[in-house]
Amino acid sequence: MFGKSLLFAMTVLLMAALVFTGCAAPVAAPSGGEAAAPAGGEAAAPAGGEKLEVFSWWTSGGEAAALQALFDAYAAQYPDVEIVNATVAGGGGSAARGVLQTRLAGGDVPDTWQVHPGFELIGQYVEPGFVAPVTDLYASEGWNEVVPQALRDMMTVDGEVYQVTVGVHRGNGFWYNKQLLADNGIEIGETLSVDEFIAIADQLQAAGVTPLCVGDSGIWATAQLFENTLLGTIGPEAYDGLWDGSTRFDDPGVKQAMETYGKMLEYQNEDHSALSWDQAVKKLMEGGCAFNSMGDWAYGEFVAAGLTDNEEFGWVSHPGTAGSFMIVADGFPIGNGSANPENAMNWLKVLGSKEAQEAFNPLKGSICARTDCDRAKFGVYHNWSMDSFANDALVPSVVHGSAAPADFQQGFNDAVTVFVVDKNVDAFANALVAAAQSSGFGQ
Amino acid sequence: MTVSTDSAALHARPRDRRRWHLSEQTQTVLLLLPSILALTVFIYVFISFTFWVSLSNWRTLKPDLTLREPLFATYVEMFNMVRWQADLRNTFVFTVFFIAFAVTLGLTLAILLDRHLAGHNVFRNVFLFPYALSFVVTGVVWRWIFNPETGINLLFEVLGINYLLAQAGMEPLKPGWITDPTVVAQVNGILATVLPGADAWQVKWGIPLAMIPVAIAATWQLSGFVMALYIGGMATISDEVREAARIDGASEFQVYRKVIIPMLRPVTISVVVILLHVSLKIFDLVYTMAGVGPGFATDVPAIFVFEQMFKATRYNLGSAAAIIMLVLVALVIVPYLASTLREDT
Amino acid sequence: MTAATLSQPKPRYRRQRRWGTYAVWLVMFLMAIVFLTPVYVMVANGLKDAQSVSLQRMWLPPAQLSTDNGFAGAWVRLSPNMMNSLLMVIPATILSSLIGAVNGYLFAKWKFRGSDIIFTLLLFGFFIPYQSVLLPLVRTLQILGVYGTIPGLILVHVIYGIPITTLIFRNYFAGVPTELMDAARVDGAGLITTFTRVMLPLSIPAFVVVGIFQFTNIWNDFLFGVTVVPNPAAQPVTIALNNLSGTFSVEWNVVMAGAVLAALPTAIIYILLGRFFIRGILAGSVKG
Repeated sequence: MFGKSLLFAMTVLLMAALVFTGCAAPVAAPSGGEAAAPAGGEAAAPAGGEKLEVFSWWTSGGEAAALQALFDAYAAQYPDVEIVNATVAGGGGSAARGVLQTRLAGGDVPDTWQVHPGFELIGQYVEPGFVAPVTDLYASEGWNEVVPQALRDMMTVDGEVYQVTVGVHRGNGFWYNKQLLADNGIEIGETLSVDEFIAIADQLQAAGVTPLCVGDSGIWATAQLFENTLLGTIGPEAYDGLWDGSTRFDDPGVKQAMETYGKMLEYQNEDHSALSWDQAVKKLMEGGCAFNSMGDWAYGEFVAAGLTDNEEFGWVSHPGTAGSFMIVADGFPIGNGSANPENAMNWLKVLGSKEAQEAFNPLKGSICARTDCDRAKFGVYHNWSMDSFANDALVPSVVHGSAAPADFQQGFNDAVTVFVVDKNVDAFANALVAAAQSSGFGQ
Repeated sequence: MTVSTDSAALHARPRDRRRWHLSEQTQTVLLLLPSILALTVFIYVFISFTFWVSLSNWRTLKPDLTLREPLFATYVEMFNMVRWQADLRNTFVFTVFFIAFAVTLGLTLAILLDRHLAGHNVFRNVFLFPYALSFVVTGVVWRWIFNPETGINLLFEVLGINYLLAQAGMEPLKPGWITDPTVVAQVNGILATVLPGADAWQVKWGIPLAMIPVAIAATWQLSGFVMALYIGGMATISDEVREAARIDGASEFQVYRKVIIPMLRPVTISVVVILLHVSLKIFDLVYTMAGVGPGFATDVPAIFVFEQMFKATRYNLGSAAAIIMLVLVALVIVPYLASTLREDT
Repeated sequence: MTAATLSQPKPRYRRQRRWGTYAVWLVMFLMAIVFLTPVYVMVANGLKDAQSVSLQRMWLPPAQLSTDNGFAGAWVRLSPNMMNSLLMVIPATILSSLIGAVNGYLFAKWKFRGSDIIFTLLLFGFFIPYQSVLLPLVRTLQILGVYGTIPGLILVHVIYGIPITTLIFRNYFAGVPTELMDAARVDGAGLITTFTRVMLPLSIPAFVVVGIFQFTNIWNDFLFGVTVVPNPAAQPVTIALNNLSGTFSVEWNVVMAGAVLAALPTAIIYILLGRFFIRGILAGSVKG
């Protein structure tokens, strides 16, 4: 008599169990990854001070080697600590950030992770309370004297510093093919103004040479071209003013920059939307065009192709930006509530040291965040960049997440996407003003 | 179907009444309950939540479910966005081309196969094969094929088409395909007569050429599916009907045109409805093949939702776009489901 | 070609028919070539090594076959993800088929008041754009602790697979004569026993059809994979393939070979079990 009911009850339970499969097997590490993970992605370290979990997206070539150099420097000082290399592959951290955000939201805080200074640090990690201040560390290690003020400001909220930056890339670079220019009787000096560039570009175009290589599949490369042009036209003070609302995006200077940007687009290669940024650099190396505006991660492409500084290729600040240094930097914070805060603190101490930065940056292709690194360890280009870093005005990049919140970044990229096709300056300006107001920092 | 009443009749046997057991209706409902509950939550509750978010102020990583004032401001903001308007235009253009290509090609292939010539089974498998592939695979390959520097353009060179055109004094055929930002057949001028200022709109209402290669790739993937449906449909048309038409003097061609295709109307309706709901939702193919395109020429609402939600962290805007996508799909599907519901009962 | 047409002896008609046959055959052949061209591009370029693959030479077959071709690279990069896909697809297919079978049986044979309406509401879930549930889905999975995991993906595919599997089984069971059921009831079988003893054994063809349909759909899914599992190490192969082609310096031979690898399982199933594949399409898509 009960047989059927029992059978029935069991069936209902089985149905319920089948439907809610996932509940039956909650997995401990939500984003740790399931199958064989070639690049790490381990679960959070257990309680106890024996480990240090370092989360980053440095998985390829020079980056991985540079990260290893940091690990080696740390291990030399703290040999008893096991370093857990938690990397997540994917261009520019696009995948890693999602994994990180989920872990943080779920309370599974890594000891330390890779972060860009500026809005990425402040908006995504400081404000929600995911990181702890390290201001005392700066004081005790004497970093306040060797790390430029402008960079420290990008990592400071309400007087507290929240990050140690280990390497700095320059965003406003302008590379050129020396041979191609020499063939056309052109020589570039120490600086290049916008007018000079336009004159040279006209000359090249008349000679049948593509002046500017752009690879904007994914749009950020041309958005970066615009932000560099913007910097070059209105200067660093006005540029900084964009991010607190004191400069509006429809000010005459900004509109002038937009006109200039539109003019520059006339000089670009026709297949720009089909190329990625590195394909554009390759095109320059092959003589397909004369100039390419790109941050100095492009330097790695030249080196990989076996070219030498100032022989086959040369560089200068993006037209008009001489005297400014657009910062695209990497650093690490201390996770708030992580398993091994002491080890993380030691990690930051190592990162900020002269020796570690001198080991890391030549491999990474960036320069030290400190101004006192040994020049001899770096090549011709990097010495030039280090001079600029020590003396020029330091400004944040919006395309790389430092200058403004994520939703403005999206609006910025979207507005650039439209402008590249219709070159409508007024609409571009209005779109940026609206995006800034919507994002909360525009007037 | 009157299964229930038959069961009820069978119920009334003395043996059953002596046992305690849940009525079969209760059993049915209880067994269905987990699925019903799961889907109620995972579909209807979730949609309601998304709708709430679309009305809220949530635009950063920190959840913020307070309602935005005025209530539908996010929707107004969205419809004023150049990108969203371009998305709607692109979806419309894509849908028209995709359905036209796929139905025509699918029907043609089905008719060709209907001749049952030697080896037609092999051909059927070849045509249906792309349906087994992922949209991602399709996107990756067709991106290459439609690259303006090579791909099909190279074929034009090799096949001598450009040579012939040059002989005729015409421009070589080298379309930009997915990198082409051109919008042809712009109607902004016409719209300006009704809506002043339409001339100066940033969004050009016309046919973005870059959308056509995407429609071609989607056709390649799904015309086999359409063909299969038509084959199934034609299998239900008896030979007598065709014979009757032939006896009346119709040629083969006329048999198809006058008799078979009209009889396939229900299949055509099903096909159009299914293709419509695919085209309104399309994401992976466009994302992997063309991205958002120059000047948003190939952007679609699904990509818009994805970028606003997961890159820009503008959860309210992304949710609003998702709700609009749902509304568009519902406009097509609900009448369809309602009509089949009426047919069943 | 019925007997009636064969008995028409007019020579002109026969000649026309022969031309017509050739024309049809030719068109089909050309169409087949067009359809297979992308497959050729994928395989040919996948077989090339890194130096010889380029956009300019994409139509040419590989000059020489080396072991250092795209397939080797793609296998190294994608095999973990292929395993992820497999670990996800097989349980999801089995579970969603089982649930669909029970549901379909109930909706077809045990109708109750309002069951048609409930079924239609269920079916609507198959058509919705999944973007409209992404956000609460992610949140719910985080709360359940399965966000970013394969079990989480399995759960998602099982639940969202319920409408279509239910539909296919319902249509199938509706075609099973009620006499079989009545016979079982006469023997004293209840609702569940009828299912296990009578319906289930009969439904093997439907299981094959649903299994193939679900396997293909779930294997080919992209949206859920990319949203629910952000960590590339745990992602299914479709997302890994897209990542491959979106990296900074793209190795096209690896990408093309990767596309072939990602397509292989569904392609194999399609080639071997194509009959059931088609039945799946017909059963699920043309209602009634």
